[in-house]
Amino acid sequence: MKQAEKEQYLREYAILKSQGKPFFPYAVAKDSAMAVVVMLVIIALSLVLGAELGPKADPTTTTYVPRPEWYFFFLFELLRVIKPPILTPLATVGVPTLAMVLLLTLPFYDRSAERRPERRPVAMAAMILTVAAMAFLTYQGANAGSPNSVDMPTPTSLSPTQAAVFNQGKLVTAQSGCLACHKIGDNGNDGPGPPLTNVGARLPAQAIERTLQNPTAPMPSFANLPPQKLSALVAFLSQLK
Amino acid sequence: MPRIKLPTPPRPSALQPKPPRPGEEDKKAGPLDVAAEGGIRAVDWIDERTSLSSATRWLLFRKVPKGTNWFYTLGSASLIAFVSQATTGVFLAMYYDPSANHAYESVRYITNEAFLGAFVRGMHKWGSSVMVVLVFLHMARTFVFGAYKYPRELNWIIGVVLLILTMAMSFTGYLLPFDQRSYWATIVGVNINGSGPIIGPFLSDFLRGGPDFGATTLSRFYAIHMLLIPGLLAALIGAHLYLVAKLGTTAPPWMKAEADPELTKATA
Ligand code: HEC
Ligand code: HEM
Repeated sequence: MKQAEKEQYLREYAILKSQGKPFFPYAVAKDSAMAVVVMLVIIALSLVLGAELGPKADPTTTTYVPRPEWYFFFLFELLRVIKPPILTPLATVGVPTLAMVLLLTLPFYDRSAERRPERRPVAMAAMILTVAAMAFLTYQGANAGSPNSVDMPTPTSLSPTQAAVFNQGKLVTAQSGCLACHKIGDNGNDGPGPPLTNVGARLPAQAIERTLQNPTAPMPSFANLPPQKLSALVAFLSQLK
Repeated sequence: MPRIKLPTPPRPSALQPKPPRPGEEDKKAGPLDVAAEGGIRAVDWIDERTSLSSATRWLLFRKVPKGTNWFYTLGSASLIAFVSQATTGVFLAMYYDPSANHAYESVRYITNEAFLGAFVRGMHKWGSSVMVVLVFLHMARTFVFGAYKYPRELNWIIGVVLLILTMAMSFTGYLLPFDQRSYWATIVGVNINGSGPIIGPFLSDFLRGGPDFGATTLSRFYAIHMLLIPGLLAALIGAHLYLVAKLGTTAPPWMKAEADPELTKATA
């Protein structure tokens, strides 16, 4: 903004300010009315929706699909949308960091003196696109499937003991929330993790076990699973071919 | 001795105090007058030692520009949400125990047994959503009104930091109930931080308090959630509001500045 524009703004602002009303009691009255509304909304939400407490945290199973607070859904969805593993850091850290840097430096690259929204088409378009993208991703995140069961037939080629292990592994998979991030057959979400429908063909059992114990972020580590459950899980996954 | 005189609001003539009739002037002061006098003296006493009255007058009786509308209440609404979070948070902290073994039990106690515990916990939980929504709306308002432009750039920057801190509050608070949902969501969240370049792994090690997600993680999150970030938030909100009062709030961008016709007439 040029010096002349700054001075012009300050002059016009001084006039508008001198024609205004005192903060007390006029603005204070509006702010107080708003404060009452805010408190009533918070109290009503508390009374109607309450605060639930799920089962106690248990590192050996995740019977709960990892789900953040609703206003972080859009970040989690971003992971699903940007899928290739090399781009994961971009989705998880790159996009939010870039957004924050753009927000922080906004006054330094938008230097025009124009303030009326209808005459700032680029700024308004950027805002509407951002809000629409966030709303869309939040909506997607809210509707992301969170099934806790894996629905697939046991292969007939397995011996009875193998079939028992296969079924136990299927159950552990369902209870451990893998489906929040992986697709197995028709079950689960496609992303952020790769589909596991044919992991058995792609990875040997040891590699799968290593991944579970020492995964790449954002996948949580399942090293704390009891050994028996872990081996069933690995056996199940390596059967998926 | 300084005397504060509060301006009396305009009253319809029927309500205006009647001037004393002749001979009534030396009526004895009633108890109300004595009380009012006492109040004025107390304020005077403080003012004589602090000179706060001029700052208060500057704060309260500064003008807000013509055209100021309801959208301008979103900032103070965010402030109220913050105050509500701080208050309910103090009550929750009286019962909460930030150790991996007892956290869940203490939250269960708050929810099921403590007097009004479920209500206060509900207010704190939903208040966080309300605060995030209000802060975003307030940011949208300042963006649409072009309020981040000269001379309020610095206040916008402080605002963005407030937004980041508000989101960080909700991230660290989510773990504290230590139920399945919060535990696993936070593990994934910390892992996401860890995938960042260069500082990512350090940040997630710092948050976890080591390479593993364990007992120290919870107390770390608790300290960050109830001491570090609220302190920063309170200080920065103070700076934000100081700048608001100092620079004045914007007028809506479509307001036209026209000098008082009286003034232009006089000079023409
Ligand atoms: C928070 C989301 C998330 C959860 C929950 C999760 N994963 Fe993953 N998983 C991922 C991501 C992302 C990758 C890709 C990591 C990479 O690029 O190396 C991955 C990779 C894998 C791989 C390697 C696949 C390959 O083709 O390289 C296996 C196997 C795997 N996960 C199994 C599981 C199992 C079994 C579970 C449940 C016990 C599980 N995951 C839970 C996100 C998740
Ligand atoms: C904890 C959160 C916040 C609180 C308590 C808060 C409080 C306030 C208050 C009370 C005002 C004055 C009146 C008004 O416009 O509402 C204000 C103005 C302002 N705020 Fe905030 N704010 C917060 C977050 C933010 C954020 C996230 C931004 C933007 C990134 C921001 C940017 C601004 C700007 C630019 C002004 C000046 C507006 C004008 O002059 O018209 N604030 N803030």
